[in-house]
Amino acid sequence: MAKFAKKKDGDLPAVSTASLPDIVFMLLFFFMTVTTMKDSSIMVENNLPTANQTKKLEKKDRIIYIFAGKPTREYQNVYGTETRIQLNDKFANVNDVGSYILEERAKKPQELQNVLTTALKVDSEANMGLISDIKLELRKVNALKVNYTTSEGDAFNNLN
Amino acid sequence: MPIHNQVPEVNAGSMADIAFLLLIFFLVTTTLETDEGLQRLLPPQENVPEIEVHERNVFRVQLNDKDQLLVEGEVLELDDLKQKAKAFLDNGGTSKGNPGHCVYCKGNRAADLSDNPDKAIIYLEHTRITSYGAYVAVQNELVAAYNELRNRESLLAYGENYAAMETRFYDEKTTLVEKEVLKKKIKQIRTLFPQKILEPNANTTAL
Repeated sequence: MAKFAKKKDGDLPAVSTASLPDIVFMLLFFFMTVTTMKDSSIMVENNLPTANQTKKLEKKDRIIYIFAGKPTREYQNVYGTETRIQLNDKFANVNDVGSYILEERAKKPQELQNVLTTALKVDSEANMGLISDIKLELRKVNALKVNYTTSEGDAFNNLN
Repeated sequence: MPIHNQVPEVNAGSMADIAFLLLIFFLVTTTLETDEGLQRLLPPQENVPEIEVHERNVFRVQLNDKDQLLVEGEVLELDDLKQKAKAFLDNGGTSKGNPGHCVYCKGNRAADLSDNPDKAIIYLEHTRITSYGAYVAVQNELVAAYNELRNRESLLAYGENYAAMETRFYDEKTTLVEKEVLKKKIKQIRTLFPQKILEPNANTTAL
C-alpha cells in the first residue's frame, strides 16, 4: 500500500483554475471603465442617403451628432410620423439645436472646441425644410463645419 | 498496477469566460456604423457683402417638390448633371490675352458658360419639400464634378490623384514633413478649382 501511494504522488497535480474567473472579471472591469459605450440609441428612422464622394470622419471626439427622421414605430403613437430631430436621447425642436450645440461644445476640451464638426445623420426621406432650419440654427451658434453623413454607395439610389 | 505518468488535463471550464470577455470587448470597441459623409462649410451669419456676378458665371440647379431637377432652365436627369457641371466649370470663357484667362481649362470656351473656374458659382436651390436624399445626391454629383477636374489637374501637375493626396494628408501615419508638402499641393489644386456652391439663405462653400 505504501508503495502505491508513493507512485500517485509522482503524477502532476491539476493546475488550479479557480482563480481564472477572477482574472477574467478583472479584465472585464478594466475594459468597462476604460472604453466608452455608444452614447445614444436612435429613436428615429435612419436610412442614410448614399454617396460616393465622401470623406471619412476620423476623430470621434470632435463630432457632435444630430439625428433626424420619422420616429420609429414604437414612438409613433406618441410623437406621430412627422420628421423630427433627435438630440442625445430626446426628441427636440429646431430651436433646441443651438443650445444643444453650445452645451456639447462646452463639454469638450478647450483645444477641440474650435475644430468640432456637426454630423447630420438624416433619413433620406426627410424634407429639406427641416435641414435648412437646422443649418440656420447652426450658423447662429457658429457651428459651421457640417458633415452630411451618408453610407457608401451610388448617389443615384437616392432618387426613386 | 501499471504506472500512470500522464499529464493531467488543464481545466477548460473557464475558456467560456475568456471567450465572453473577448466578445464583449469587441462589441464595445467596434462600431457598426460608418461615419463618412459630404463635408460642408456653412457661411458665417454676419452679413456677407453683396457681390455682383455675371449670369454666365452662375450655374443654377433647382430641385422641386417632386425631386425633379432643373439645370440652367432645362429639365435634366441626375446622370447628366456631372457632365454639365464640368462643362460649366471647365469652360474658361475669357479669351486669350485678357486678364482672367484660364490657361488650364479644357472646356469649349462657350460664351454662355463661366469665364473662369475662379468666378464660377454653383447656385443650388431647393424647396422645403425636396427630399434630403435627392439633395445629397445632387450635392454628391456636384462634388464629383469638382473632384474630377481637380484630379485631372493634380495628375498633370503632381502625378497623383487629388483624392489620394487628401486621404494621405488626413492619414495619421503620414509624417509632418510629408504633410507640409501635401498641404501646399492640395492648396494649389484647390485654388485652380475652388468649390463654390451657394444655397439661398444658407449658402455654403466647401472646405
